[in-house]
Amino acid sequence: MNSKTYESVREQVFSEKLENGLQVFVLPKRGFNKNFAFFATDYGGADRRFKVDGEWIDTPEGVAHFLEHKMFDTKDGGNALSLLSATGAQPNAFTSTQITGYFFSGTENFETNLRVLLDFVSVPYFTDESVNKEQGIIGQEIHMGEDNPSHALYYGLMKLLYANNPIRDSVAGTVESIAEITPKTLYDCHKIFYNPSNMALVVVGDVEPERVCEIAREVLPKEAGEQPLRDYGAPETGVPTEHETTREMEVSQPMFMAGCAAKPVSGGEALQRRDIVGGLAIEMIFGSSSPFALELYSSGAVGRDFGGGFESAVGVAYTMFGGQCRDPQSVYDKVKAEIRRVQAEGFDETRFNRVKKATYGKSMRTFDSFDDVAYGIAQSHFHGFDALRGPEVLLEVTSDEVLKFVRENVEPDNMAISLVLPLKPQHEGNGE
Amino acid sequence: MLKAERREILPRVNLTCVHTDKFKTSFITLNLINGISRESIASYQLISRVLRRGTAKLPDMEAIAGALDELYGADINPNTRKIGELLGSGLTASFLSDDLVPKGENLLEHVAALLGEMLLNPRTENGLLYAEYVESEKRNAIDEIRATINEKRSYAIRQLTRKMCADEKFGIFSEEEDIQAITTESLTAQYKKWLAESRVEILYAGTAEFDTVAAALGAALAELPRAQVGAEPTTDIRLVPVTEEPRFFTESLDVLQGQLVFGFRLGETMKNPDYAALSVFNTVYGGGVTSKLFLNVREKLSLAYYASSGVIDYKGIMIAFAGVEFTKRELAESEILAQLEAMRRGEIEEWEFQFAKRAVVSGMVANLDSPGGIEGTYFDMIMKGLDCAPEELAQRAEAVTLQQVVDIANSVKLDSVYFLQGTEVGNEQ
Repeated sequence: MNSKTYESVREQVFSEKLENGLQVFVLPKRGFNKNFAFFATDYGGADRRFKVDGEWIDTPEGVAHFLEHKMFDTKDGGNALSLLSATGAQPNAFTSTQITGYFFSGTENFETNLRVLLDFVSVPYFTDESVNKEQGIIGQEIHMGEDNPSHALYYGLMKLLYANNPIRDSVAGTVESIAEITPKTLYDCHKIFYNPSNMALVVVGDVEPERVCEIAREVLPKEAGEQPLRDYGAPETGVPTEHETTREMEVSQPMFMAGCAAKPVSGGEALQRRDIVGGLAIEMIFGSSSPFALELYSSGAVGRDFGGGFESAVGVAYTMFGGQCRDPQSVYDKVKAEIRRVQAEGFDETRFNRVKKATYGKSMRTFDSFDDVAYGIAQSHFHGFDALRGPEVLLEVTSDEVLKFVRENVEPDNMAISLVLPLKPQHEGNGE
Repeated sequence: MLKAERREILPRVNLTCVHTDKFKTSFITLNLINGISRESIASYQLISRVLRRGTAKLPDMEAIAGALDELYGADINPNTRKIGELLGSGLTASFLSDDLVPKGENLLEHVAALLGEMLLNPRTENGLLYAEYVESEKRNAIDEIRATINEKRSYAIRQLTRKMCADEKFGIFSEEEDIQAITTESLTAQYKKWLAESRVEILYAGTAEFDTVAAALGAALAELPRAQVGAEPTTDIRLVPVTEEPRFFTESLDVLQGQLVFGFRLGETMKNPDYAALSVFNTVYGGGVTSKLFLNVREKLSLAYYASSGVIDYKGIMIAFAGVEFTKRELAESEILAQLEAMRRGEIEEWEFQFAKRAVVSGMVANLDSPGGIEGTYFDMIMKGLDCAPEELAQRAEAVTLQQVVDIANSVKLDSVYFLQGTEVGNEQ
């Protein structure tokens, strides 16, 4: 296996691309009891339209997530969750817009658990009955999401920022869309996206790197598959479809999430650097030591949950910010004014260097989290960059670069706001 | 084995130091521990938030944030936790381990000093806590209390606790009117009492040795006032439900999913609690993906996306909960209780028992692989008065027998059921 040592973060990573196209990474954590294995496919909620054998295929909202639930069923009528739990491991899985990840963390029988993980994710088994049954469970998961104001805020904003990109739609789908899913849909998508060349395996823990590759070779299919071409819709203009959306929900006070689209960067080191630059821009404007954000907090305009972020996914990128507050419109206006001020006046160089130092320290500390490390490595592999170089790249970034990002990518005129407001008082809580 | 040392560094101030060089993060928590009371809970939860706003030397959040940035992005945040009917409140710090700091600066000393400064030298005005900060944090605390309704699952669990333990200290939460009633004068008085009278538990996990940590924190807290106090507060553990028949509570909100929550008393088993056996019992019943609730309520009957249980051993209660369709309430309710009934009859497969045991043991061991997990594990042992290594706890879990689990199931009694339903269902009634 290839091995690479990262002096700045004091970690070593072993990697190898297997004959079947699977990329394997092992980050040894000597002296730890815990091990963590993460097996991911570059297939998420947004991968709904893709080309196979020269033909474009459209699938309903929520297939990737539905598939994630159903992969745990094994052919003998058992469940992989139970198999992994036999050794006390904690198995789970998630589906994001971009990827589906299956993982366990455990302290015993690592090799047995790894075999189970690789096996159940690569062998599909679905029946009409099992698919129907899952519709009830996922239906409840969808309702749980729909009762959640953060969910409403996020998807509200995505629908404003993007006209075509599937990031607009809930990863879990809707009760109606998942009703269209059949065993065939699931088998087809599994065949296309769960081929080893579209996947990555990351292990963090006190394990022997070579053994991980050996087990993967034994358990997984031998042949590589094709990398499906995906369609995320017609190019976006960067201008919101509308500037505002509002929902009333059972919440205590108004909440908002606002933001704007940034120019997408396709992948590789340019994407890594841009994510870091975007993160620093957010930290400078909305972060825990930003005079602007602290003034909003001190004056009572926003609460502790106020903050921002920069995200890149499935061919789009966006800046967002929000929280709970009495008067979202006024906070929104103040943010726009602050961004215009920054664009005109630039950053305070002293503070920029301090924020960089702080961000460096915090990014080093994330290496204590097995989950975050594994997830970061898999995600960066799919995007074509090296996650462990993050802290190094961070140190290279200049304030001019961050300012340029704000000037070119955070345009107040292209912002949109998603609001959740408390219900009008027509039915006071009743019945006890 | 981890190397831990615990010593009293000031009267009723204990420092527990877990020495480890496995992590990039070092961790310190200052926990001021008191009995819960309606008179003090709102103030005690508010104090550390006000302290975090400004100190004599660093008068506002901008100054504090600047100092933390300079310490390579160290975090210091207010913390509060309920430990049965005790309240721990104070500050939590996490920061980059000294050996990773590029210029070899000593972060531990600086962070300890900053913690001491925040705790003991807040920004004041005419001898009182700074009024603007008190008012602003009161407002934020009220907003956060109101916001508990936003997350329906945790809201429902809180409502069950409130109603089930209405006459117990465990059912006391910081209420909006209590916060409204706080004045700068009253909070300053409570602050002084809090500093002087609290039992203090300090935990550190990181690369430094005990003496170094004790020296840094000892210097930072040298001015901590210490008063004579009576007996240490304890938790009143009630073994039987409040009424013979379970109590039922229903509330209606505009939601799509119903929230069903059960409150149980753990019963006789709490006379001499075996914490490891309680964990195994809970894991068999509703604590994970091989539990009876997960496999039956979710997987077999498709009634819920989540159906689980949790034991609050400090108080001797168990809470079980599921998010269900309004119309499936009765079905879910009877299934959740039927699963406990089955356990009482001893209907626990060998694999269910073994899997639960493995999960408990593995969870305990894995917890020691993160700085926060180490802090939580040691804090829990200290508060339970368990004087052993955490690895020994895992061995005790290995020794739990099936009969112990069945005995606990038979000891558990249902006290209350709470259901959060939609407004449309409510209007029909």
